[in-house]
Order: sequence, then C-alpha cells, then structure tokens
Amino acid sequence: MKVAVISFPASNCDRDALVAVKKFTNKVEKIWHKESNLANDLDLIIIPGGFSFGDYLRSGAMASISPIMQEVKRLAERGIKIMGICNGFQILTETGLLPGVLLRNKSGKFINKNALLRVENTETAFTKNYKKNQLIKIPIAHMDGNYFADVETIKKLEDSNSIAWRYVDEYNNLSDVSNPNGSMLNIAGVFNSKKNILGSMPHPERAVDENTGSSDGIMLFESLFS
Amino acid sequence: MKVRIYITLKKSVLDTQGKAIENALNKNLGFNQISQVRQGKLVELELTESDNEKAKKIIDEICDKLLVNKIIEDYTFEVVE
Repeated sequence: MKVAVISFPASNCDRDALVAVKKFTNKVEKIWHKESNLANDLDLIIIPGGFSFGDYLRSGAMASISPIMQEVKRLAERGIKIMGICNGFQILTETGLLPGVLLRNKSGKFINKNALLRVENTETAFTKNYKKNQLIKIPIAHMDGNYFADVETIKKLEDSNSIAWRYVDEYNNLSDVSNPNGSMLNIAGVFNSKKNILGSMPHPERAVDENTGSSDGIMLFESLFS
Repeated sequence: MKVRIYITLKKSVLDTQGKAIENALNKNLGFNQISQVRQGKLVELELTESDNEKAKKIIDEICDKLLVNKIIEDYTFEVVE
C-alpha cells in the first residue's frame, strides 16, 4: 500500500496524517502542492487539514486550483482512494470531487471538541472495519464545517448511501443539539458515488491513540490497510 | 478597464457573518432601525480588454473557475472605468 499526503501552505495536519499512516506502512510520502506529478501506483492520497492559503476567498478555494489537484483529479478518475480531512474535505468540495460545500459554522464560532458520530455506511474501503450505526468519538476543529447542498444533491447522497457519518448524541440519536455546526441532516462526512473518495470534517488521524482521548479513528486506517 | 465584481451569498444560504454584524449593530451600538444585514465580497481588478463582450466572457470564466462557488453564491459586476 503506497500513500501520499499532500501539503499546502498552512496545512497543519499533514504530520498527524503521516504519524497515523506510519502505524501501518512506511511507504508514505509528503508531497508539496506545486508538484505536478503523482505516481500511478499510489493506493491512497490524503488531503490533510489546516488553513490552506489562509482560507482566502473561501476555505479550500485557492488550494483547489493548485497544480497537484489536477493530478488528484486524474487519479480519482482511475479509482484511487482519496481522503480529505477537514480543510481537505473543503478542498475536495471546491474541486468538485465531492458534492456540496462547507459553510461557516451556524454559531459563527470556531469549534474544537470531541464529536460523537454514527457510522452510516460500512460497505466502503474506508469504513468496512466499523459496525453499522457504530457510535464513535472523533475530534473536530473547524470554523467552516456546516455541510450544505441543494435538496436534489442531499437526496442523491441518501439514495446512494453516500453519507459516511453523522453527528449524534451519546444515545446515538440525531438531533439539533448533537449537531455542532448546523450541517444539513447532521452530515459529518460524505463519499462520492463510487465510494473511492471520502471527505470528513472530523479528524480520524487525531484519534489513533488512547492517549489523545480516543482511538476510534484507528479502525478507518485498519479498514484501508487490511 | 477597471471592473468591480460583487459576490453575495444566495438568499437561501444562512449568512452567519451578516447575522453577527446585525447583532453588533443592534445590540452593541443601539442601531435598532437596522435589519437584514448581508455581507459579501468585492473584487476589484484591472483588465486589459477594451471590448465589453470579451470582458464579460473573461469575468464569467474567472467567477466560474475561482471567484464564486455557485452552490452558495451569486455575482454581479460593473465596469467602472
């Protein structure tokens, strides 16, 4: 399994992603966004969190036109797995590789806490080691995590089972109270229709060691590397 | 020519910054006569193109490719010089 982690100016979770991946393989490389080539034999590309280009214009907008993203798009077409976390999710929506957009949090505030999530689809390369409807704890840290899409797109996401996880309460119930940022249908992460691309506002790479408060993210990496 | 592009959130999209500004004007500064505040962006640029039709085509293209996310935003523009 060969992995690339893309770095942009002001990416800040690239190291965390590397540390998480290195629990499973040493074949991982950090790649600068100005590169215009990605190896065809990559298995996984991670677009990490951060504040690429200072969130100028819109979160993820500037990064979406970096040279490397043409390559990411090319490899996405070939079915290579791509995971965008937090700012990486924003970049993937701006690129058009994932539907919808991440708006400013409804509260207008930056939110940094452990979020409780319900795993919605366990039939993907990213989530197969989780149990259906499993309740997991994964940290969130974002200003723009309010998932928004038009009614038609939301229906398509539901019909194609493309919602990865949703914000719930400790009893695994969906509610407005358990929704930290105002996301439609409490959506915390989505797949593309082919399920080779995942975008997630919660940070699984920050939950791979009990010492950091949760290791519930490890199963995502176990799914990918098993 | 000098062009001003105005980018605004669609009416259906919650404008949290507009809301925060409205609250500040109402509650902190006492301007109770103000409501429905919406915040947007202004991009001003110089374009080496004298033909209005060609300019419009370029503006539409840069809005499509970078400046505007059409899922949530609308835009208008004016030629100022």
